[in-house]
Amino acid sequence: MTESTYRIQGNTGEWEVVIGLEVHAQITSESKLFSGASAEFGAEPNSHVSLVDAAMPGMLPVPNRECLRQAVRTGMAINAQINRWSRFDRKNYFYADLPQGYQISQLYHPIVGEGEIEVTLNEKDPDSAVKKIGIERIHVEQDAGKLMHDQHPTMSFVDLNRSGVALMEIVSRPDISSPQEAGAYLKKLRSILRYVGSCDGNMEQGSMRADVNVSVRKPGGELGTRTETKNVNSIRFMMQAIEYEAQRQVDLIESGGAVVQETRLFDADRQETRSMRSKEDAHDYRYFPDPDLLPVELDDAFLEECRASLPELPDAKRARYEAMGLTAYNAAVLTAEAETAFWFENLLAEGVDAKQGSNWLMSELFGALNKLGKTLDESPVNPQQAAELLGLVADGTISGSIAKQVFEIMLETGQGASAIVEEKGLKQTNDTGAIEAEIAKIMAANEDKVTEYRSGKDKLFGFFVGQTMKAMQGKANPQIINDLLKKALG
Amino acid sequence: MMSDFSRLGVAAIRDGVAKGEFKAVEVAEALNARVSAAKALNAFIVETPEKAIEAAQAVDADRAAGKPLGKMAGVPIGMKDLFCTQGVQTTAASHILEGFLPTYESTVSANLWKAGAGMLGKLNMDQFAMGSSNETSYFGNVISPWRRNDGSNAALAPGGSSGGSSSAIAARLCPAATGTDTGGSIRQPAAFVGISGIKPTYGRCSRWGVVAFASSLDQAGPMARDVRDCAIMLEAMAGFDPKDSTSLDLPIPAWEAGLNSDLKGKRIGIPREYRLDGIDEDIAKMWENGIAWFKDAGAEVVDISLPHTKYALPAYYIIAPAEASSNLARYDGVRFGLRDLPEGAGLQDMYAATRAAGFGEEVRRRIMIGTYVLSAGFYDAYYTQAQKVRALIARDFDNAWASCDLILAPTAPSAAFGLGEKNADPLSMYLNDVFAVPASLAGLPAISVPGGLSKEGLPLGLQIIGKALDEQAVLNAGLAIERRSGFVAEAAQWW
Repeated sequence: MTESTYRIQGNTGEWEVVIGLEVHAQITSESKLFSGASAEFGAEPNSHVSLVDAAMPGMLPVPNRECLRQAVRTGMAINAQINRWSRFDRKNYFYADLPQGYQISQLYHPIVGEGEIEVTLNEKDPDSAVKKIGIERIHVEQDAGKLMHDQHPTMSFVDLNRSGVALMEIVSRPDISSPQEAGAYLKKLRSILRYVGSCDGNMEQGSMRADVNVSVRKPGGELGTRTETKNVNSIRFMMQAIEYEAQRQVDLIESGGAVVQETRLFDADRQETRSMRSKEDAHDYRYFPDPDLLPVELDDAFLEECRASLPELPDAKRARYEAMGLTAYNAAVLTAEAETAFWFENLLAEGVDAKQGSNWLMSELFGALNKLGKTLDESPVNPQQAAELLGLVADGTISGSIAKQVFEIMLETGQGASAIVEEKGLKQTNDTGAIEAEIAKIMAANEDKVTEYRSGKDKLFGFFVGQTMKAMQGKANPQIINDLLKKALG
Repeated sequence: MMSDFSRLGVAAIRDGVAKGEFKAVEVAEALNARVSAAKALNAFIVETPEKAIEAAQAVDADRAAGKPLGKMAGVPIGMKDLFCTQGVQTTAASHILEGFLPTYESTVSANLWKAGAGMLGKLNMDQFAMGSSNETSYFGNVISPWRRNDGSNAALAPGGSSGGSSSAIAARLCPAATGTDTGGSIRQPAAFVGISGIKPTYGRCSRWGVVAFASSLDQAGPMARDVRDCAIMLEAMAGFDPKDSTSLDLPIPAWEAGLNSDLKGKRIGIPREYRLDGIDEDIAKMWENGIAWFKDAGAEVVDISLPHTKYALPAYYIIAPAEASSNLARYDGVRFGLRDLPEGAGLQDMYAATRAAGFGEEVRRRIMIGTYVLSAGFYDAYYTQAQKVRALIARDFDNAWASCDLILAPTAPSAAFGLGEKNADPLSMYLNDVFAVPASLAGLPAISVPGGLSKEGLPLGLQIIGKALDEQAVLNAGLAIERRSGFVAEAAQWW
């Protein structure tokens, strides 16, 4: 798939889809954006609420420097312009989950300006198209509280734990032109955030959610009217929402209607978007600079510290792995998720060969985790333990096939590889006498095959290797078997 | 033996207690009695005699134990009801906060208690500090202790919004009180009752725990019967507060120790734009007297120009309501204060009912103005324009400092007016702030000191505006006037 091929076939011809994403990412920090209350997820309702978060009279916001630092680091990770001078604005509206009656955000002067993210449309395909998606801005703002409507027959309950938690809003340019591209973009963005450590990217817990702007047009034509589907909380749902919404707009226009600029909701059960409010009911947010806060000014030392603290990012890591001899596919898979890359880095740090390590990680470990239904974070075997196992293979102590058995036992028992090999007597043998004895037995039992081999059927050599290894219970050194067989068979 | 503690100011009480001439508790008891006997003035919303006694006992105990005493040790004061006081009702003189008991203490009031001051009670004010006459209070207007000399006995405005503070000090219920000044709310009431009051540079006093009106303008300051008392109390109130992002991280000078009424070498600017057409005769005469006193104190008097003065009031009445409309959004009936939940009402109905019932007319008017000037399509024409004017006004002052060190002007365009005289016409009420607002917009320190009496026998105030952070020069100039004006008049007790 390449970037420009996605089209919707309508009755009047082809339609192009134009997509822009506003991603809200919760900033990883101990405390909230403007108060000292904990930003931790999942606490008892209203247990993480300071006087500031509850907007008591006379309370004032004080910016949390760490949140600004994380936004700046994120900006640097997408090669964005960092604004040394930015400012907070108030977005005014009344709602029970918004104690101040306004959200402190950054409309006029965001902390991060233009940047871009390079997206590989299909990471499994080394020849896949690569597309640059422009980032318009990243600004920092407060999250709202949570309303619970199912706790009481006539009342709604308010939980302010999330009220005031720091979010980054990452606004893309309308450069995305298919659901797949949108998915690839969101995956890549999440990966970058997790590498940087500025957001845990956990969409289930709501620490990352997307507002999806969609419009359709005839290829190369004028931009159509867009709708905004709010708070989509998984990559799959987002792709479904785009697909549905683009088709809905095409159908609407082709049947003589017009798209209305409005806010919509995605219903995951019905896989459709629904109107939430139209432009006419849209709030007038009356943005103005927050007079309780001074402008944010960033100095050289601060910016240098931010830059110095950035880890190696996915694109750079991937290039480095390829240079180390990994296949493009392996390099892509190992770097796509921060946790995979960090796991692999730890494995390399234990002295494991890059190729051996990457092959083992991607076939053996991923396969095992898949079977166990566990994520890498939950892996029963850690990189140190894995390195011990791979070391035994590398130095000839055990063969590759024995390594598979040892790994199985490690997963089951949590024992170390060396201990298992010792206990079960799985060490590879170089005892040529024992091997020669087994070879003699096998040749005697298979005289017909010996004759065939000697008359030119070379392929049978594998048969003899397999038989010998089997007889040696897999513990013989394959190289020695080869050498001895060649000699015996002549 | 001292018999009338009500005649003592901050310095006299502090020094008397320190020297052991009398006990802090004696002062607290005497002033508690005066407060409780002055209900006719309606200066206090809540009286807290036990707090005054408690603080005084602590000071007496410290003194007996030989411990060092604070800057305000033994001085009972009034606390404007805009300051949140832990466990003591704080309403900003509104219905919507009636019964609200903060679980926290504002930084400024906490500083004062730490310095040894005690609280006589919470002072009445214009609702949410919006007003110039105290007539917008939900708890009824404060009455000035002053009366005209025409025998009419008409009830007069104590000024606003710190009208409870001005009335209580002028009636000698307390030697000093806190005020807050957004567009003249310390200076104008001080002028109306013949006392002194200083608004320091924006950022000197923490706004943490002060019910917000207009955040970029609100500034706390002291009100007292003379300049020295203001200096003492300002020292106790001010200071950097990390909980207020706009607080100035600067040391607090020893303003009291630095007092000096010799103005030799100082240049006093007289802004020609403040000479309004049809200026009140008494005001003009007082201003002339002020100029003469400054010359007598050794200062050089120069004419200056502040060309954008006439735009100050309109800009102020855009910026302050804009900020207020947002600051007051938190009074929504959800978490504290009044909740009006009509039968079957939804959230929006609750907001509407609560805010309609909880806010007075003037507060509602300013919320409407503020909402309007920030709304889509009007923002640039009003708010952006007003911010530009504000920058020009600040520049006017910067330019003026090239030729002068201080500026002398009247505090208000007239003496105190009668209650009810202006509340039919909000504009004429707003015009009362015309001389006070420019210094607020520029964040500059400004003091009002008594400058004489009007023909009707009412106090008039002279305003001195200084450079940012130069409270010392402002206080010194105030002292120079105080030494020359011979202002000793006080309101005859009728209450």
